Amino acid sequence: MGSFLPNTAQEQQEMLEAIGFHSFEELFSQIPQQVRLGELNLPAGLSEMQALERMEELAQKNRQFRHIFRGAGAYDHYIPSVVGSVIGKEQFVTAYTPYQAEISQGILQSIFEYQTMICELTQMAASNASVYDGATAAAEAVAMCRERKRRTAYVSETAHPEVIKVIKTYCYASNTEVVMIRQKDGVTDMDALREALDEESACFYMQQPNFYGNIEDASGLAEITHGAGAKFIMGCNPIALAILQTPGECGADVAVGEGQPLGLPLAFGGPYLGFMAASEKMVRRLPGRIVGETKDQEGNRAFVLTLQAREQHIRREKASSNICSNQALCALAAGVYMAAMGEAGMTQAARLCVSKAHYLQQVLSEAGLSPKYDRPFFHEFVTVARGKTADILQALEEKGILGGYPLNGDEILWCATEKNTKETMDLVASVVKEVCS
Amino acid sequence: MKLIFERGKKGQGCTLLPPCDVPEVELPVPMRGKKPKLPHVSENELSRHYTELAKQVHGVNDGFYPLGSCTMKYNPKVNERAAALSGFTGIHPLQPEHTVQGCLEVLREASQMLCEITGMDRMTMQPAAGAHGEFTGLLLIKAYHDSRNDTARTKIIVPDSAHGTNPASAAMLGYDVVSIPSGPDGCVDIGKLKEAVGSDTAGLMLTNPNTVGLFDKNILEITSIVHEAGGLTYYDGANLNAVMGLVRPGDMGFDVVHLNLHKTFSTPHGGGGPGSGPVGCKAFLAEFLPGLLPVPADGGLCMEAPEHSVGSVKAFYGNFLVVVRAMTYILMLGREGIPAAAKNAVLNANYMMQKLKDIYPMAYDGTCMHEFVMSLEKMKHEIGVSAMDVAKSLLDYGIHPPTMYFPLIVHEALMVEPTETESRETLDEVIAVFREIYETAGKDPRILHEAPVKTYIRRPDEVRAARKAVLRWSED
Amino acid sequence: MKHPENLVYSRSHEWVKFIDETTALIGITDYAQDALGDLVFVNLPEVGDEVTSGEPFGDVESVKAVSDIFSPVTGTVAQINEDLLDAPENLNEDPYGAWMIRVEHITDKEELLDAAAYIAFYESEEE
Repeated sequence: MGSFLPNTAQEQQEMLEAIGFHSFEELFSQIPQQVRLGELNLPAGLSEMQALERMEELAQKNRQFRHIFRGAGAYDHYIPSVVGSVIGKEQFVTAYTPYQAEISQGILQSIFEYQTMICELTQMAASNASVYDGATAAAEAVAMCRERKRRTAYVSETAHPEVIKVIKTYCYASNTEVVMIRQKDGVTDMDALREALDEESACFYMQQPNFYGNIEDASGLAEITHGAGAKFIMGCNPIALAILQTPGECGADVAVGEGQPLGLPLAFGGPYLGFMAASEKMVRRLPGRIVGETKDQEGNRAFVLTLQAREQHIRREKASSNICSNQALCALAAGVYMAAMGEAGMTQAARLCVSKAHYLQQVLSEAGLSPKYDRPFFHEFVTVARGKTADILQALEEKGILGGYPLNGDEILWCATEKNTKETMDLVASVVKEVCS
Repeated sequence: MKLIFERGKKGQGCTLLPPCDVPEVELPVPMRGKKPKLPHVSENELSRHYTELAKQVHGVNDGFYPLGSCTMKYNPKVNERAAALSGFTGIHPLQPEHTVQGCLEVLREASQMLCEITGMDRMTMQPAAGAHGEFTGLLLIKAYHDSRNDTARTKIIVPDSAHGTNPASAAMLGYDVVSIPSGPDGCVDIGKLKEAVGSDTAGLMLTNPNTVGLFDKNILEITSIVHEAGGLTYYDGANLNAVMGLVRPGDMGFDVVHLNLHKTFSTPHGGGGPGSGPVGCKAFLAEFLPGLLPVPADGGLCMEAPEHSVGSVKAFYGNFLVVVRAMTYILMLGREGIPAAAKNAVLNANYMMQKLKDIYPMAYDGTCMHEFVMSLEKMKHEIGVSAMDVAKSLLDYGIHPPTMYFPLIVHEALMVEPTETESRETLDEVIAVFREIYETAGKDPRILHEAPVKTYIRRPDEVRAARKAVLRWSED
Repeated sequence: MKHPENLVYSRSHEWVKFIDETTALIGITDYAQDALGDLVFVNLPEVGDEVTSGEPFGDVESVKAVSDIFSPVTGTVAQINEDLLDAPENLNEDPYGAWMIRVEHITDKEELLDAAAYIAFYESEEE
């Protein structure tokens, strides 16, 4: 049994006696007998070696694919070695939220740098220190936009289904009505949006590129949304932001997104991070931690958690969100990733994604998997082949390849990133060709 | 020190990605105009930058860290090793189920063990943090009342000593928050609770031990008062470290519980996250749990949504790698190690309290659980030294201050939680420091007002930060 | 600490300056700003909002606290002092110059105190 206790049994007894107790039983006498537990029905404790062996055994029960062509909200990008080295540093790993600024400058500065990079990427005025993930960021953004007289949230059907589900769950909680805006040919139906919005509309949420990989007319959607006096929330893929029109340029009021592509492993869905950035007018409605620059009493540059009166620990039931934690270590990873990549590296990654995905679409098409949409796309796209989904994915799996995400029996959502080589994509195409012919 | 943007120069960078091996494609859509101004630094400069930043952070291994209500216990290294296994980190969340059986077993086994520890029947790992768990737990309560068309239940009862997240979580669900006062002993005032409950009570949120570090001995009466009024009971697991393996929320009459794996179950705090806030419930609430749960099927496990699930509170299955760490920890402690940890946490807290209470007045008398609250009101009044001054003084001794000014019902509060992973030697040293600070305060309070002087920065100007918010770097 | 004679005061530490029978400026007293400490942000209502005597119309934030500001009168917000949004420190530096809202169509008001009575009130409260 391990319990990481430095005090020996003898020391514990001495300590008990030093403060006037004879036994632990006496120390715990305030707990009524009726609620006491006899013994936990758990296995006996293990040595470190045994515990690790057990976890290794479980890890080995998973199949790790060398080649991944699946995205749908979690993306397989190259993670620079320096990211792991930085986020493995004991101080960053083990510290708590940086309440004591004097001994937390390292964390505070790293968040300030992260906020700056998110502002640069999105071209928004201010960023928070991150939230749990992209889906909760979207749900929090909806909550930011709700006003007394504007309470209905509109969401594009082309957004990620998990994000839609989380928005709906948060809105069920807060009694906010959610209206879905239908899609037309793989993108948001702009006429449907125009018709739906009215003076009670709080906001419209859309995703760029959308769930099907298609690139939406974000500035057009923003214009319609603002025309009705509602707020425009743009969910963004952070790699795509390096090259696509930004939320700032589109006039978004809030920009959010899943930060996992910025240096975080797939990790069966988490931990990831949600980034959130707002226009000047919306800054004070941002939930969660925000770091600001100030000076200490000697005039040195210093960083602190700021605008704290927005938050739950001060505003209590009047706070618009209850969030306390951010995903600081994940935000640190994202910051190191963006710093290591730089503008050139981020742009290169984005361009590689685009080119590889287009190549993949082309070779798959030649192999008999025709694209569902004829539209500009970023690094994901949908193919159609009647009844072939399961067979294709099975055949790829046998070659150690995780194929695209099955949308249904006919359609597959593919993804390519900088990690996928021409050689592997040609292999995928040949496997597909065999199944389709 | 310099910001990362102030280092390096244009032209510097890291060589990370290969050239394109397929035809380059230009997109026929509007592209961004201005390029993002990201850092341009070589890898060695980048690496040094963060090493320098790390030196300006007090981590759990840098010294005593008695941050009350945060359970800053030692983070075992084996947890990190388990969470770094590529068989976990390299798994896509949407892989076919037969290729992720190991992950599903982790989720299932961890939730079973945590159900045993809390006395609950089912558990979701989806919530990412404690506050997120509170939100999720209250969703279950709302869904339960809604399913019975009992829509008049609009109030959540919270003791006035509660952490700010409790009322904020209730407000996210549209509930009105009814705050009930604590009695002079720091526990729930039973009379006031009886007055507060009724047909409009949706539920009660409580921690036990409570936020002043005391075990509420009336707990069975409290939960049954709420149940008799038709409300449900919610256990905030922030303080479970004091009683794990000794008492279970389920046996105290609670219907829903959230845990903080990053407090009680030794996963690191990461400077503010990622945490994990699993939510457990009694069987009658399981049909409302969010997300997918692993269930046995065909000799393996598959994922299934509960019948009347409230939806999802996060994409996918939660902060999975945090669950891996917590599970490793629980495996090592086992049935004896878990209560042993709780006992030692309570012993350490009482030891410190007893050795300090002659000079630092405690907010409440008697035996505490895993943490205790001192009130410096008298010191503030008599010599002008505040809880803040004492906290900042501790920084100069390399000690992380206790939680300051919480709970709100205690004036000039310092809340100390030593945790079980500190040795008697450390406690004795820290006790000596506290006593030395007390003496200094009496002799020359200016030293405390000026503290800290040995840290990387002195006290920062928070008013300036908030009035003229500078939230990002810019070139000029 | 000063409390001008030409104003009237509420027990929740706001001052009221009647411009005519049904129009008034409202702010917080010198005593209030001193007790609240350095203010860093002000939340004000919108023009056209109704305010009710005894109920909060906005709040002020210090670094570590947020405090409701109560309306001593019932009426309609005709104007807000937008300067405060950028310069909340004016509330600390010049509490009687830094009015927060101008209310018109006043139909009701709580019992208000003159300067001497207000000073006597908070001094008794302090004991």
